[in-house]
Amino acid sequence: MLKDITLGQYMPGNTVVHRLDPRTKILLTTAYIAMIFLVSSPIWYAIPVLYVGLAARLAGLSLRQLLKSVKPLRVLLILTFVLNLFFSGGTTVLVKWSFITISREGLTLAIHFSMRLVFLVVGTSILTLTTSPVALSDGIEILLRPLKVVHFPAHELAMMMTIALRFIPTLIEETDKIMKAQQARGADFESGRLIARAKAMIPLLVPLFVSAFRRAGELAMAMEARCYHGGEGRTRLRVLRFTVEDLKALLATLAALAFVIIARTLG
Amino acid sequence: MPIQVEHLTHTYLPGSPFSATAIHDLNLTIEDGEFIGVLGHTGSGKTTFVQHLNGLLKPTEGRVVVDGLDITQKGVSLLEVRKKVGLVFQYPEYQLFEETVAKDVAFGPKNMGLDKAEIDRRVRWALMQVGLDYATIADCSPFELSGGQMRRVAIAGVLAMQPRTLILDEPTAGLDPRGRRAILGMIRRLHAETGMTVIMVSHNMDDIATLATRLIVMSKGELAMTGAPRQVFTQRDILRSIGLGVPQGAELCHRLREAGYPLPEGLFTLEEVRDALLALAGRDATNSAAPGTQAQPQSGELTEANAAQGAKAAGGIPQTHEEPKQSVQQAQTQAPLAQDAPQDAAPAGKEGDA
Repeated sequence: MLKDITLGQYMPGNTVVHRLDPRTKILLTTAYIAMIFLVSSPIWYAIPVLYVGLAARLAGLSLRQLLKSVKPLRVLLILTFVLNLFFSGGTTVLVKWSFITISREGLTLAIHFSMRLVFLVVGTSILTLTTSPVALSDGIEILLRPLKVVHFPAHELAMMMTIALRFIPTLIEETDKIMKAQQARGADFESGRLIARAKAMIPLLVPLFVSAFRRAGELAMAMEARCYHGGEGRTRLRVLRFTVEDLKALLATLAALAFVIIARTLG
Repeated sequence: MPIQVEHLTHTYLPGSPFSATAIHDLNLTIEDGEFIGVLGHTGSGKTTFVQHLNGLLKPTEGRVVVDGLDITQKGVSLLEVRKKVGLVFQYPEYQLFEETVAKDVAFGPKNMGLDKAEIDRRVRWALMQVGLDYATIADCSPFELSGGQMRRVAIAGVLAMQPRTLILDEPTAGLDPRGRRAILGMIRRLHAETGMTVIMVSHNMDDIATLATRLIVMSKGELAMTGAPRQVFTQRDILRSIGLGVPQGAELCHRLREAGYPLPEGLFTLEEVRDALLALAGRDATNSAAPGTQAQPQSGELTEANAAQGAKAAGGIPQTHEEPKQSVQQAQTQAPLAQDAPQDAAPAGKEGDA
């Protein structure tokens, strides 16, 4: 049951999108996010829709897989929609019933913001679905490298990300195991009131923390044993390469972004 | 309280691309008071199987009936099942969480809704069963204890629920030889004294060989074999084909037989092989014929270690190069056994003289 989480879970594949350089994909995603925020009216969402649709198609991802990533956000989504709908003021009143007022502006805004959220999540999940966590943090490390000038620890950050990602499945497995072990001793995690439930988590959380710290210590030791000393002078197993396909993807994205900007300036 | 398992099938993540069938159509019955050894290679479905016996996992298909209670049905109180069937996980010391040992052991009984006096009585009883002294250890933090002690506290935590069936998943994994012997001795005593049904999962043949009354051998999620240890361990070739070995005694017996020694079939403990070898040597001594004569032990001085060594020296056992690990292991475990050998060996030695 705990294994169903798709927290940007990587789906291995061999499509054009999978093969792109992670640096390119991070840049594309950044451009895409800019695109979403620059869209001025709901009609122009056609561009990010087309863009994301094409990307998903090239990556061989189904609509279901993409929508699955939106699912955890549904509460936030509904909240965004409702709040914008009722509380954005506006002059063109569509519905007025006792204290509830829905204006045309409110409706537009509500759709606008909800769309933004959905597209934000769908777009970024294409990145995480097609890029392995290791490649992703490699890409981030290189992209952040220029910031070294201001003593930004790019390598350390990327290493921490890699380790954190590496341990998510391990910790989930561990949680599952400890949960079962306590259930075997009659622990009940599923029923009771809020306080009782929170209390029931103690037998789960204490061993989990203990083992997380133990693992951290062991990992640090193992890394030191293999002479890890930070990013200085470290070479990579997989050297990232910029290909023609990367160039094409970047150009196409820039074109789409330019289109959105023009549409915005023209009103 | 028999446990019936009928057509048990378990598939992890059914319907997803990661779907994997861990158990396929398993049928068996476990009777009261049995000591079952569950053997199998890593990934054979042993752990998945035992987790069904107290309802931690639900079968994808089939059913599990514990003491007449079909635990696969809806509305069955799982707490009720878990009172009957206690499960000690692999590396159980990682589940300890309370401030003191006594509190941690009390966790199970407390969940069962027992009163204070009864909980206290059970905590004392359980700690005594695992060979820990209540007075000295009850108020310690479980995190200050040694690894072996932590494991015993964790086992006590399950014992305190006084289940009628105790399942142990690899209880000796990662322990040193002394800790291993202590845990195994404790399990043996529990089984003998309380008449508890014990189900022990292991891939260590030697742990299980002398304890279990019946073995269940699993391979790729299916029941490969079941029967008394003596029957199972004669199927050396089948066991090897599914990635398992046989106990050292059985291996020794097999190789000696291959080398032409007329040992009876089906011996699987080192003691049995020793006695058989002595009997053989005694007979040979009078005939003074077989190559085993050189290994003729001095009466009274005999230990099984040198009995085996003697046989090796006599060229009885082909030295294998594929399995250096096993022979190292053999040498290691023989040493402690040799300590208590002399008193056993004395009468046998006399026999040899006669």
